[in-house]
Amino acid sequence: MRITLEPRPPSRWREVLMPFAAIAASLVLCGLLIVIAGANPFQAFAIMGEAAFAGKFAITETVARAAPLVLTGLAALVALRTRFWNIGGEGQLLVGAMAAAWLGAREDIPVPLLVPAMLVGAALAGAALAAIPGLLKTRLKVDEVVSTLMLNFIVMYLMMALLSGPWKDPVTGWTDSPDILMDAEFPVFWAGTRLHLGVLVAVIAVIGIGIVLKRTSFGLAMKVVGENPKAAHHAGLDVGRITLFAVLLSGALAGLAGAGEVGGTQFQVIASISPGFGYAGLVVAMLARLSAVGVIPAAVFLAAITTGADEMSRQTGVPFFIADAVQGLSLIAVLVAMTLARYRIRWRPSPKREAAS
Amino acid sequence: MSMLDIILDIGFFAAAIRLAVPLLLGTLSELVAERSGVLNLGIEGMMLAGALAGFATAHVTGSLWLGVLAALILGALIGLLMALLVVILRLDQTVAGLGVTMATTGLVFFSYRLGFGESATPPAITPFSTIPLPLLSDIPYIGPVLFNQYALTYITYLLVPALAFFLFRTPAGLALRTVGENPKAAAGVGIDPIKVRILALMAAGALAGLAGAYLNLAAFGSFTFGIISGRGWICLALVVLGRWKPFACAGAALLFGAVDAFQLRLQTSGSVDLPYQLFLALPYVATLIVVIVNTRFAAAPAALMEPYDPEKR
Repeated sequence: MRITLEPRPPSRWREVLMPFAAIAASLVLCGLLIVIAGANPFQAFAIMGEAAFAGKFAITETVARAAPLVLTGLAALVALRTRFWNIGGEGQLLVGAMAAAWLGAREDIPVPLLVPAMLVGAALAGAALAAIPGLLKTRLKVDEVVSTLMLNFIVMYLMMALLSGPWKDPVTGWTDSPDILMDAEFPVFWAGTRLHLGVLVAVIAVIGIGIVLKRTSFGLAMKVVGENPKAAHHAGLDVGRITLFAVLLSGALAGLAGAGEVGGTQFQVIASISPGFGYAGLVVAMLARLSAVGVIPAAVFLAAITTGADEMSRQTGVPFFIADAVQGLSLIAVLVAMTLARYRIRWRPSPKREAAS
Repeated sequence: MSMLDIILDIGFFAAAIRLAVPLLLGTLSELVAERSGVLNLGIEGMMLAGALAGFATAHVTGSLWLGVLAALILGALIGLLMALLVVILRLDQTVAGLGVTMATTGLVFFSYRLGFGESATPPAITPFSTIPLPLLSDIPYIGPVLFNQYALTYITYLLVPALAFFLFRTPAGLALRTVGENPKAAAGVGIDPIKVRILALMAAGALAGLAGAYLNLAAFGSFTFGIISGRGWICLALVVLGRWKPFACAGAALLFGAVDAFQLRLQTSGSVDLPYQLFLALPYVATLIVVIVNTRFAAAPAALMEPYDPEKR
């Protein structure tokens, strides 16, 4: 037997519908898990939808939760445009959070500069961490998948060491960083909600990255490098430099996500500051099919699943981890859908020993 | 206790071997997959799934060996899923592997909570006890280190030469290596690269499942969410360090088992006044150095990460 993939005629329709088909498929699988857990899937989905979208509080919570995902999604996307697999978004987010917490607690920074310092510091910290795998790849050809993964673990343990060492509360013994100053807390745009500056930063980042990718020569160069590095080289582009710039930008975006969590949500670094936002960023980028604007609905979808699953778990007893399962399943589903939109699978009996190719 | 005392202690070497075994099984798993031309980033999830399958089965049936069997089967099934994605649908191996790891991780946590609930004291099983091999374990120094281990450890000892023999001395091993180097050429001599890669990924999945099961059936006796915590990723680097050869991979795994054992002893000895998390980072730092020094694709199978398209000439 022989399995082949036959190209389909290109169809704009299929390309547009495909991420939705993927999301539908992952929700059906999710419904199956809910049934296995002994709950009514329709009722469970209703609870999830209500918890994520019904009312001012629910919507703003979901949007606030989506903000770091938008930024880590953009981070994954920007690097991937040059075919650089930045799996290190998690670590870059964590160093960003640490930088923001460190700067936000400093009394010697003038008050009006506190918040800008946190944002810039976090972006620089993320970029600096990303520079390590970026330079290793462009200078020494060291594969980035393993190097970025390892840095995530190294940074996580360094952060834990910091939290249980120099940053430990001397009185209570809690392993949290000191609170940032009141003046360092991000302004909130709508009283009583968590729509903070970090959300605005995420939206501006989407617009900015969208413009960079579509309208600038750097964006075009990234695309050429990603699609055909050899052609890019022949066209006189410095492939290493363009890749490195994209990686630094990617790290800075992930770092900003960390600043948002410290400045707008937690006001300190806690051990669980990121429930895998960096890894989820890869899912967001894939669901968005590497388009900057697509990152917003993709991030809102994942955020809604998480806030919804939280409430659903409380009411029905279905384990919260269903949110993690949906995240992974939707990544696989979108990849499969992307392939099926372009190819048809054909099964044929194999011609024995075909006249050699 | 000084650092030298730690290394000169017999208990240290025994611990190094105990910690090296899951890494070695994982490394052999990744070796099989990569030799067939597939980078398996699903390994982390496969190990976690194996750990839960082994633990849950042993907990329910009371049989540790049934747990081992369950881990092998579940691992092979996830390997089949991975094969469906990267061999048949020819998806990008990096992102498909990450997807498999993410999805299985979510499903494993979900299933554990569903099956065992949320309790302050996690359920436990009585893990395998060590079996001293007659005569061999009486050899001074080496005996107690190498031959007073778990049955799974002895099986792992045998797997290394067995895999080396399979890869380099049998027609099936040659077929596997040819598919990893040049699937086109393999197809030309009548080998079906698609079939070979599917089987290789299933075998890799089974081995990864076994690696995960070892951790709670032999080492810990209970399942925790952090039981694998990156061990699978470390195996990716150990394959590079071992230059895609079984015996060298065993050496690499032993070295890392020693790093891990050293880190644990340093942590408990209290002779160094540093937060213990810094020591936890040690294996990952070592892995990073390994990949930098052994630049990844130096001796890698030529067709690694390249999907095989039978239509393309």
